[in-house]
Amino acid sequence: MSLTDATVTTLLAKLQSGETSSTEVTEACLARIDSQDTDVGAFLHVDREGALLRATQVDEKRKNGEPIGPLAGLPVAVKDVVCTTGMPTTCASRMLETFQPPYDAGATERLLAADAVIVGKTNLDEFAMGSSNENSAYHVTRNPWDLTRSPGGSSGGSAAAVAAQMVPLSIGSDTGGSIRQPAAFCGVVGLKPTYGRVSRYGLVAYASSLDQIGPFATDVTGVATLLEVLAGYDQRDSTCIDADVPKYRETVDKPIDGLRIGVVPEHFEEGLHPDVNKAIRNALDVYKAAGASIVDIELPHSKYVVAVYYLVAPSEASGNLARYDGVHYGYRAEEAQNLIPMYSASRGQGFGDEVKRRIMLGTYALSSGYYDAYYLKALKVRRLIRQDFDTAFADVDVIASPVAPTPAFKLGELIDNPLEMYLSDIYTLGANLAGIPGISIPAGLSDDGLPIGLQLLARPFEEERLLRAARMFESATDWHTKRAVLNHD
Amino acid sequence: MTASLSREDVSAVAVLARLQLSPEEVDVFTSQLGQILEYVDILNEVDTTDIEPLAHPIPVTNVFRDDIVTPSLPREAALSNAPNTDGKYFFVPQILEEQ
Repeated sequence: MSLTDATVTTLLAKLQSGETSSTEVTEACLARIDSQDTDVGAFLHVDREGALLRATQVDEKRKNGEPIGPLAGLPVAVKDVVCTTGMPTTCASRMLETFQPPYDAGATERLLAADAVIVGKTNLDEFAMGSSNENSAYHVTRNPWDLTRSPGGSSGGSAAAVAAQMVPLSIGSDTGGSIRQPAAFCGVVGLKPTYGRVSRYGLVAYASSLDQIGPFATDVTGVATLLEVLAGYDQRDSTCIDADVPKYRETVDKPIDGLRIGVVPEHFEEGLHPDVNKAIRNALDVYKAAGASIVDIELPHSKYVVAVYYLVAPSEASGNLARYDGVHYGYRAEEAQNLIPMYSASRGQGFGDEVKRRIMLGTYALSSGYYDAYYLKALKVRRLIRQDFDTAFADVDVIASPVAPTPAFKLGELIDNPLEMYLSDIYTLGANLAGIPGISIPAGLSDDGLPIGLQLLARPFEEERLLRAARMFESATDWHTKRAVLNHD
Repeated sequence: MTASLSREDVSAVAVLARLQLSPEEVDVFTSQLGQILEYVDILNEVDTTDIEPLAHPIPVTNVFRDDIVTPSLPREAALSNAPNTDGKYFFVPQILEEQ
């Protein structure tokens, strides 16, 4: 087994025993990026020198017996929407093509404090808006399992980088499913924490009441390890919650006695791909065999999540993206002679189609005469969606569902039909609107050999339970050990 | 709540959003945004009488911190990404018309 095949747990053990060094692991990852990323396109920026220098420093610390962090020496890739000093942060937008953040995000600081080695920045849909990674202004990311297919989005680069074994760990952000759906499409584990669990300081804002940073790894324990590093209070994010961070990694292997899993029967009706349907039903059988009970529940307002999300998120985006004015940072159209035409030209030229579409939609929903009918109405239904979850969780510990209605779709298949693309987010949006945590774990392969993800949701701040429930499935199956076979393997 | 969206509506919203759009973009957005708005009309099925809007899923109020003076971003760093600066200020094009 090579270093890039190894799980987070194995790598940490090998590093600790001295069987390998951070320099060796980092070199192996960089070599893998060299050989595979021309096909996959997971990275926008690779910081080769910086990563190797840092790996040497961590090796030195370890050799000298200095205290080292919980990720000491492990390479990590960071979605290019999280600020990193010394590296660009482009958000996959022309608008921020030359942007070099003057400070580190809270999540970046935590990675560095844990002695992780940041190897580079991963591709995404521009400003995290999209479900396919096709909205990157730079290049498309391809699904390692089938290069003609999408890796999902918007954290498609972070999911593909782990799936193609270029890095053992990565971080993404999830506003409407942007960690869970790419994790499902790429056959890796991805977790969206509770809103407020991880600091959003230095995460370039898309929709502030929905955005959360979270981890990717090839297995649940890897995700638990990284979440433990990322989670925790940061007073620079006023929505970050000051709550204790459980030892996720220590408890992840403890099965939950009498686990009660809620299932919404309507989730298995129209529009669900038969292979996904089969995989999720098989997953429920695995849980039953492990002693869990499956309970039918109702989420009566779940059919409205797409409509609510695509009003709330664009409305927040239209405000957040007002900062790109060609003055303080970012692209400026040079030909405009006056200030307001300069704003409009810079934004018209600097943003791509999907970003413009969402800014337009949000501006419309917030504009005079439409605010009550669209934005306020959506927020009221949002409360009903949250109440549905509260009611359901009175009877069950976790809710199981598909992550996406289909396995990874073809590149180009949905990109010209925004509404169809939005409707593919049906299973993931509810967790963001309600603020609850969710995880996607590998739960099967389609007849075409594409990964299928199982989504589990839990109550706010119950990531520990979510991880333990996910690990129960993982320990009874081998889907998480399946890897994409790449051209240059 | 939706009348169908016109090209003029889209152009007016683009002005509010400070987005310069080409005539082709206005055409495409008129059709695409119209479809999306038609879709979100399903929210009208839901009775939301007496339902409070939910703006944040985990409500937090009055977060206080100690009033301690800490360094701000140095000027050089704050200006480092500016499209046009003299090292002290952000430069912008003319704001007022010439007399």
